[in-house]
Amino acid sequence: MSLNTIYEFYQTMEREDAMISFKGDITADLLNSVLLIIESKLVALEKSTKTRKKVYNVLVECLQNLYHHNYGIDALREEKRSDIVLPNSSILIISNPKNHYEIKTGNFVSIQKAKEIEKKLEKINNLDKPQLREFYKTVLNEGKISCKGTAGLGLIDIARKSGNKLEYSFLSINENYSFFCLNVKIN
Amino acid sequence: MENIELSGTPKTPSVNFNCENGIIELKGRSIPENSVEFYKPLNDWIKEYGLNPQELTIFEVKLEYFNTSSSKCLLDIFKILESINGNNTEVKINWYFEKDDGDMEEAGEDYQALIPLTFKMIEVKEI
Repeated sequence: MSLNTIYEFYQTMEREDAMISFKGDITADLLNSVLLIIESKLVALEKSTKTRKKVYNVLVECLQNLYHHNYGIDALREEKRSDIVLPNSSILIISNPKNHYEIKTGNFVSIQKAKEIEKKLEKINNLDKPQLREFYKTVLNEGKISCKGTAGLGLIDIARKSGNKLEYSFLSINENYSFFCLNVKIN
Repeated sequence: MENIELSGTPKTPSVNFNCENGIIELKGRSIPENSVEFYKPLNDWIKEYGLNPQELTIFEVKLEYFNTSSSKCLLDIFKILESINGNNTEVKINWYFEKDDGDMEEAGEDYQALIPLTFKMIEVKEI
């Protein structure tokens, strides 16, 4: 990496109004640190308690999604594909452009998982506010909790709290996995 | 049986389960990565309490934040409480939410829609 790249990085971050950005393994410690930093930044930046809570809530779900669903080899072992090594590094960018907040995440997912997530996101984006609430209640009541402690509610809750459509894309990396990008806007 | 008294942490609520006065309380935030680990002993306590409950059991839910992993565990608690309601005890839920926290108010209403117990929604300035 050339030295000039550092300034380019800085400028990109500045242009994007980044509050915090991270690339690497999302460990429990990292997750705790990011939450602490953002919570104190929000107290200083954001007057509305309501918005503060929404941003914090969405961030918790986004981080825990990265934490739980990015087990690299383990994730594929569940699909009986232990021969494939999935990179377990993620990216997280929290930014504060004018009048709103954005939480962007990116992580590697297996092709099969990508299909499942895409189907879910399509469904979520097709629902209006009351329908989304009904969907949440149905999954809450009928869904089972996994051994990792996940309830299948994360993305639905993120969409409910954000109040906006979820922006996403899946970049095909090779025949085994894709890179899943998610952008959540909170007004 | 013993009461449960746990202090809150940045990720788990304070817990005050009292079998002598029938008041069980969760207060603070509940955002652990794996909530089952945290809630399992609490569920077991309520089940045991249900064998010999007070005439009135009140569940005080004073949460500032909870994640989706906890939301499922909370539903489990409500279901256990529902199962002991009427067996020598009447169970009431007090759901607290901060003023302007529409999301927390809605969350309480969602549980209310799923669980046939008496919910009282209580708006407070700060939890």
